[in-house]
Amino acid sequence: MISKKEVQHIADLARLHLTDEEIEKMQKNLDSILNYVEKLQKVDTKKVKLNLPSSCRFRNDEVKESALAKKIREQAPDEEDGYFKVKSILD
Amino acid sequence: MNFKKLTIPELKEKDINNEELVRFYLDTIEGEDSEWQSFLTVFKEEALEKASSAEEEMVLPIAIKDNILIKNKKTTAGSQILKNYVAPYNATVISRLEKAGAIFLGKTNMDEFAMGSSTENSSFQITRNPVDKERVPGGSSGGSAAAVASGEALASLGSDTGGSVRQPASFCGIVGFKPSYGAVSRYGLISFGSSLDQIGPLTKTVSGTQYIFNIIKGIDEKDLTTRKIKENKWTDIEWKNLTIGIPKEYFQKEVNEKIRKKIKEVIKKAAQAGAKIKEISLPNTKNGLPAYYIIAPSEASSNLARYDGIRYGERSAAKYLKDIYEKTRDKHLGDEVKRRIMIGTHALSSGYYDAYYKKAQKVRQLIKNEFKKAFQEVDVLFTPTTPHLPFKIGENLKPLQMYLSDLLTVPASLAGLPALSVPVGKVENLPVGLQVIGPDLSDNLVLEVGKKVEKIL
Repeated sequence: MISKKEVQHIADLARLHLTDEEIEKMQKNLDSILNYVEKLQKVDTKKVKLNLPSSCRFRNDEVKESALAKKIREQAPDEEDGYFKVKSILD
Repeated sequence: MNFKKLTIPELKEKDINNEELVRFYLDTIEGEDSEWQSFLTVFKEEALEKASSAEEEMVLPIAIKDNILIKNKKTTAGSQILKNYVAPYNATVISRLEKAGAIFLGKTNMDEFAMGSSTENSSFQITRNPVDKERVPGGSSGGSAAAVASGEALASLGSDTGGSVRQPASFCGIVGFKPSYGAVSRYGLISFGSSLDQIGPLTKTVSGTQYIFNIIKGIDEKDLTTRKIKENKWTDIEWKNLTIGIPKEYFQKEVNEKIRKKIKEVIKKAAQAGAKIKEISLPNTKNGLPAYYIIAPSEASSNLARYDGIRYGERSAAKYLKDIYEKTRDKHLGDEVKRRIMIGTHALSSGYYDAYYKKAQKVRQLIKNEFKKAFQEVDVLFTPTTPHLPFKIGENLKPLQMYLSDLLTVPASLAGLPALSVPVGKVENLPVGLQVIGPDLSDNLVLEVGKKVEKIL
């Protein structure tokens, strides 16, 4: 069974803060789901080649003016002079 | 006039006043949606104004799942984290529908970020199944399915990642279509599993679905995964020229016996009409669901990293940046969304990637190969859409039990194939859907066969 410490580690990677109670519940849920997907380990995939979708198209990496920039910025919880405002990362 | 049962082909033939038509649906929503709770927002005045000034001879009153962006309208994806988010632009499907005379009635309820099979994971309200209001409408496009089934809208759009259009269509007794991957642009669709997500129509008839699909499909420079589907060369196809594959893995004990019986009746009718029936085997079917429940959450964990309280959506106050991320996500994301982010993060994390994600991708390739081989022998596949009948609201299935709802829809999603759910009757007074799966990009074949199925019921 996946340990509480592992659950805590995944939550940390996913930037999810879970209470002790939530960790316990998540541990049970994850365990049953991980047990279920474990079936796949029995499938023989040694000869399988992963194909990229044949339809992959690429565009040139060009900078274009977007008329949306202001509208998108306006959705930010906090912004100033065209920048997103965030809290300090260090003390 | 009562337009509750009106279909798109009927609308095309009849001379119906645009304003009267749109007003009917808005009045129905106003009067009856407290019962079904299909809608999260309704655009009453705007829709009426558009109907009265429309130059088109025929307008299309349509409801839109709340994970598809309509410019200047709130778009929540059923989540608290987007409860005040206003779309800055139109999804490509919205621009295309608008040009074709669509009038948007409102935005429909859904499982949060399209994660669920009952619409009970919406953070706003519980939608009821118009066929039986004690039961769920299915999900995640439950609001879109209920809106059409209840007669609150002529048609609707949903999104399907592992069955989210087909399963609610089946539960509500209507038609739902998941196009080939890339047939419809995802620009302006809130991402869940990007290699699986497709927007699809829900209507009362297959012709209606085809009508809407023809409007929304096609290459879009804003979504480089869009592809051109095959031209419709099947409009006059006859049963006697069709070979229908029956994959035996879709008819096993996990599937409700009465549903199996109902689907077999339809297959028999197709045979009587002249179709060749061929039983086939797709042995990797059983591996579809576990592969899906690694791939979809993995993509979701990456896609949902953007909901961090910085650029848009809700933000919880905290002193340091990392605490903002954690508190924002903790407070505004629901349990199922957190669960999937956790599974996906685990599957993609260092040391586990090969065992989970890469393995699942290889199994996905096997499933694709298997379908491809099958379509060398048969034209389309007939299967049940869902393994069970609509369940009761609040039955509180365990997460894994809920996932089993997707058992029969997930394989076509993993393979990117077009798949249609057509209502074929009822058992125990509850609707049953037949799933028609076709080869890659043969969306038109699937739709033409769907129309033929409607005629033999």
